[in-house]
Amino acid sequence: MGIVNKLVTWSRVKSPWILHFNTGACNACDIEVVASITPRYDVERFGLLLKGTPRHADVLVCSGPLTRQIESRLVRIYEQMAHPKFVVAVGTCACSGGVFNGCYNIKGGIDSAIPVSAYIPGCPVRPEAIIDGVVKLLGSLQNPTEAPATPIVINPPEESEELHG
Amino acid sequence: MDLNNVVKIPIGPQHPCLKEPACFTVSLNGERLAGLDLRLGYNHRGIEKAAESRTYIQNIYLIERVCGICSHSHPSCYIQCVEQIAGLEVPARGRYLRSLIGELERVHSHLLWLGVAAYEIGFETLLMYSWRDREVVMDILAMLTGNRVNYAANVIGGANRDITEDHKKDILKAVDVLEERTKYYIEVATEEATLIARLSNVGYISLDDVKLMGTAGPTARASGLDYDVRRDDPYAAYKDIPFKVITDTHCDVYGRALVRVGELMESYKMIRHIIQNIPDGPIAVKAPRKIPAGEAISRYEAPRGEDVHYVRSNGTDKPERVRVRAPTMVNLLSVPKMLEGDNLADVPITIAAIDPCFSCTDRAIRVSDLDGGNAKVMTWNETRRFGIDWYRKNGIDFTDLNKRLAGRMR
Ligand code: SF4
Repeated sequence: MGIVNKLVTWSRVKSPWILHFNTGACNACDIEVVASITPRYDVERFGLLLKGTPRHADVLVCSGPLTRQIESRLVRIYEQMAHPKFVVAVGTCACSGGVFNGCYNIKGGIDSAIPVSAYIPGCPVRPEAIIDGVVKLLGSLQNPTEAPATPIVINPPEESEELHG
Repeated sequence: MDLNNVVKIPIGPQHPCLKEPACFTVSLNGERLAGLDLRLGYNHRGIEKAAESRTYIQNIYLIERVCGICSHSHPSCYIQCVEQIAGLEVPARGRYLRSLIGELERVHSHLLWLGVAAYEIGFETLLMYSWRDREVVMDILAMLTGNRVNYAANVIGGANRDITEDHKKDILKAVDVLEERTKYYIEVATEEATLIARLSNVGYISLDDVKLMGTAGPTARASGLDYDVRRDDPYAAYKDIPFKVITDTHCDVYGRALVRVGELMESYKMIRHIIQNIPDGPIAVKAPRKIPAGEAISRYEAPRGEDVHYVRSNGTDKPERVRVRAPTMVNLLSVPKMLEGDNLADVPITIAAIDPCFSCTDRAIRVSDLDGGNAKVMTWNETRRFGIDWYRKNGIDFTDLNKRLAGRMR
C-alpha cells in the first residue's frame, strides 16, 4: 500500500463522514440515530461527522424497511457515494423488514437493494448498539478496497435488570 | 408575477433539513416563494392494510410503529376504539397510567421538537441542550416500560405495566430537573433577541385560515384556537386532571414555540398530579380475543395534534378496517398557506414548526399549486384505486398476492 493510500485510510478511519437516510422508518430509529450524536452518547468523539450529501459521505446509515417508492432513490443515493462506501442497516426493519414484513409496499430489508456492511437490529435500536456497530465498522474500514466479506451483526443486549428498572 | 422568472428547486426526498423522506418542489421568484408542490408517500408502508390481516393484539404493536415519536398516542387511540366496540371499562388506575405515559411522551416529543426547530435556524447549541435534557425523560420511559421508544405500555382493557413507589420518586425527581431546564428555555424564548427576530412573522397563518383548513394541535393553538381534545373530549384520566390549554395569538412560528414550551410546563404539573392522585386497584380488565361486530371512532390529543382512529370489527379476532388520521395530515395542508410570500430560507423552519411526521401521514397524496389555486386532494380510496389501476396498467397485479398473503396469515 502506497503512502497516499495509507494516509487516505488513516484519515477515513479517524473521521468517517456519515449520511443518514430514512428509507421508510417509523421515526423511532431515526431519533435514536440523532440521539446518538447528541451529548449523552456523542458518537462524534469517534470522529464521525453527519453530512448532508451522499457525495461527501463514506458511510450510509439507513433506517427503516425498503418501501417501493424509496427504492430507486436509495440506489441513486448509494451510487452517488464515492468508493469505498459502507452501508449500516439500523433497526430490525432495515435488516429484514421487521414488523412490516408482508406489507404490500415493503420489499424487505435494505439489503434487497444495496449491499450492507453492518446490521444493527433492535426495534428501535438503542444508541449504545449504534455506537457498538459504528466502532466495529471503523475497525473494518482499515481494509479500504471493499466492504467486509462477512457483514457485522450487533447482537441485541441481554435483558438486564438495569433496562427494566 | 412573471412566470418566466420562476425557478423550481426540489427539496428532498433526501435533504439535510428533512429527517424523513418527502419531496417539496419550491417555485421561487427571486428570493420569494411562488409555489410549493408536495410529494409524499416515500414512507408509505401499508400499515392499514396489514392491520386487517393481523389480530387485535398484534395490531397494538403494529399501530405503535405508525410513528415512533407518538408511539403511545397511536396505540392508545386504536385501543380506545377496540374497547369502545367491546364495551370494556378501563379501571381507574389503568386510565391514570395511560395519561402518565401520554404526558411523558408529550414532554419527550416537545423537547425533541425544540431541538429540531433550533437546528433548522442554525441554533445548534439549543439542539444539544434540549436533546441532553430529553434523555432525562427517556430514562424515565425506559424505566417504566422497558424501551426508550415504542413503549408497548397499553393492552386492550388497560395498561401493561404498573408503577411502584420507587418509580414515583424517580419520576418526581426527573420532573423537577426538567421543570428547571424548561424555565431556562422559556427565558431563552422570551428574551433572546435573535431568536425572536428569526421566528417572528415567519409562517403566518390566521385564526380563520386555521379553522378553514382544520389545522390541529399546537399549530392551531398558536393561532388562538382554544381547542384541546384532552379537555373537550376527555379520554383516559384527563377528566380528573386539572390543566390549562395553552394558546397564543402570535400566529407564527414564534407562537408555536411558545405554545410548546408552555405545554411542557403544563405537562409537568399534570405528571405531578397523576403521581399524587393515582388510585389503587387493578390496572387492566381482561379483554376477549374476539371483538364483537361494530365500529368506533376515537380521538386522542397527540403531541402534534388531534389523532383520529377508526376501527370496524366483524366478530372475528381481526379487524375489518383500521383507519388512521394522523395530525400531520391536516397540519401539512396549511403549510402552503403559511409559506405564501415567504423567503426560501424560511421554508425549513416553517415546515419544522408544524412538527411534521411523515411516517404518520403517508397515506394520502396532495398536489397543490399556489399560483392557479387548483389544489387537488386525493382521498385514500381514490389514491388506492389510482395505485391499483396504475400497477395493472404496468402489468403488476396484486390481487393474487393479496389472496396468497391472506391465506398465509390465517
Ligand atoms: S426497527 Fe422498529 S423502531 Fe426502527 S424503524 Fe422499524 S419499526 Fe421503527
